[in-house]
Amino acid sequence: MTSVLTLPTGLPAQGGSLSANLGVDYGAVAPLLIVLGAACVSVLIEAFVPLHRRVVPQLVLSLAAVAVSLVLVVVRAVAGTPATITLAGSLSVDGPSLFLWGTLLALAIPSILMIADRSIEPGGAFVADPEALAEAQERAGVRAMATVGGSSGSSGSSGSSGGSRGSRAAAGPPPEMHTEVFPFVLFALGGMLAFCAANDLLTMFVALEVLSLPLYLLCGLARRRRVLSQESAVKYFLLGAFASAFFLYGVALLYGYAGSVRLSDIAAAAAGSPRGDALLFGGLALLVVGLMFKASVGPFHTWTPDVYQGAPTPVTAFMAACTKVAAFGAILRVFFVAFGTTSIEWRGVLWAVAIASMVIGVVLGLTQTDLKRMVAYSSVAHAGFLLIGCLAITPAGLSATLFYLLAYGFTTIAILGLVSLVRSGDGEATHLSAYAGLATRSPVVAASLSFCLLALAGVPLTSGFTAKFAVFSAGLADGEAPLVIVGLVCSAIAAFFYLRVIVMMYFSEPAPDGPSVSLPGPLTTVSITLGLAVTLLLGVVPTAALDWAAAARFLG
Amino acid sequence: MSPTNYLLLSAVLFAIGTVGVLVRRNAIVVFMCVELMLNAVNLSLVTFARLNGSLDGQVMAFFVMVVAAAEVVVGLSIIMSIFRARRTASVDDANLLKY
Repeated sequence: MTSVLTLPTGLPAQGGSLSANLGVDYGAVAPLLIVLGAACVSVLIEAFVPLHRRVVPQLVLSLAAVAVSLVLVVVRAVAGTPATITLAGSLSVDGPSLFLWGTLLALAIPSILMIADRSIEPGGAFVADPEALAEAQERAGVRAMATVGGSSGSSGSSGSSGGSRGSRAAAGPPPEMHTEVFPFVLFALGGMLAFCAANDLLTMFVALEVLSLPLYLLCGLARRRRVLSQESAVKYFLLGAFASAFFLYGVALLYGYAGSVRLSDIAAAAAGSPRGDALLFGGLALLVVGLMFKASVGPFHTWTPDVYQGAPTPVTAFMAACTKVAAFGAILRVFFVAFGTTSIEWRGVLWAVAIASMVIGVVLGLTQTDLKRMVAYSSVAHAGFLLIGCLAITPAGLSATLFYLLAYGFTTIAILGLVSLVRSGDGEATHLSAYAGLATRSPVVAASLSFCLLALAGVPLTSGFTAKFAVFSAGLADGEAPLVIVGLVCSAIAAFFYLRVIVMMYFSEPAPDGPSVSLPGPLTTVSITLGLAVTLLLGVVPTAALDWAAAARFLG
Repeated sequence: MSPTNYLLLSAVLFAIGTVGVLVRRNAIVVFMCVELMLNAVNLSLVTFARLNGSLDGQVMAFFVMVVAAAEVVVGLSIIMSIFRARRTASVDDANLLKY
């Protein structure tokens, strides 16, 4: 035991390299600092500004912080500032980081707009204080309400599903919006920015938690269908904590193997180490489980449908788009920087994961009757397609994956924005039968939704086609022909359930007591339009984004 | 005593935690099992720090503790809110979202 006590006297070489570059390149990390700083200010606003005056400052602060960060990222990318590793080597601001940061920040703007929208649901879709709601639920009987459709009642209109907008307005002035969501979103966004730029596994773990913890809470804040929302939060939290424990054990094993958690050090150790590979590949396996969980890949997807369905739709949009980008950013960095040299030994296993993900996504997607769950399973299938790009450890694979993330994110946000418009008396009508004959009620919403679904299916002239083409050709060039064939077959099967919704909207008779289509307020309109425009532009003129993605290279 | 034994102990604790998460039905107990897994990792990190002769692992253990504490705050608040609504913390009763 004495040796344990005397040990720390001999500080190793890593300590020296740590202190060598302690200088912080503030220009490089400014977007991250601005978002996290705005999150802290947002908490202060929450503490000191009265409830009825919080919405505008919170919204302006969030949008301004995200927009300024986005401008800084774009300026840095256009100026071609050389890539740098900063913050004592823990953050790597290189080409892929900048592309992912740009994508995340660009996706955050429509997400925040949707979250702030109060025109569809008076008082916004969120409420944090469960007391008033819990009492109303107990009176009405939790289980009965939840099975009927989960109308939990807003604090303004005491649980009775009055139905139309008029009766809700008659119950009194619209309730105040609860603004806790804004700091949560900003903290989660800051965590995502750090997650995909993390250059060592410890930073990656801390960033993973910083992005996850606010998301768990956001999932449970729904004003309507509160029980479903809370259930999704509990499931997401327990499974997420479970997965991050696996991630962490992987980090510990890799630290044991390489003596450092820096990604480049792990690559160097793997290239020439006398130690056995059990620690290296055991560590990689556990690490990948944690990452795949966040990215909702393949057999680690079980939380996805429940959380997508239960969470408030604006949160689902934010989570579906941004978490996927951040998680695949981290996966790319781990694969390319830390394990690129040993890829021949582990790629086979991940082929199986990619195939499982695609097959699970499309087969279970076929059986869904709820549109949000269908989008969730489609995201599992898309995660498989994305993994094809990640597994091609080539520059083409990297740029294809980055482009796919950008395209997929905007399409998803547009779809979920449109889903939030179709409503019946007790909130959103997400059951597929509610979409029967939607084209006669609202041709614009039906056409927009069809366009997005076609983009997910990968029809030409949409971003989905360009993205799938890029990923599959990168996979094919890197000898993944079987994987690409499975991908093509799965795309074809997936097209069936996207087209089923379109056929339903255009060729079915609408039910007489079917849902109404809310007229979106300006905020939701802007975010849906943005999603549709990017989906179209990336399909028609993808060159600029493809070039930017193709120029991105990891810095070890 | 060989440091390898600590690694074995850590692996056993991690496995106990994993099994606990999979078989226990009370959300609080499931959560405690996750904490057990995190602390098993801490033991591994400290042991590897000893084996590698560097301090990084011990510093990481502190980071893990802080993150675990934050996770407790968020997790217990979520479990509390669902307990208030349903009067149960069993994960089997949370079964409205399926298929």
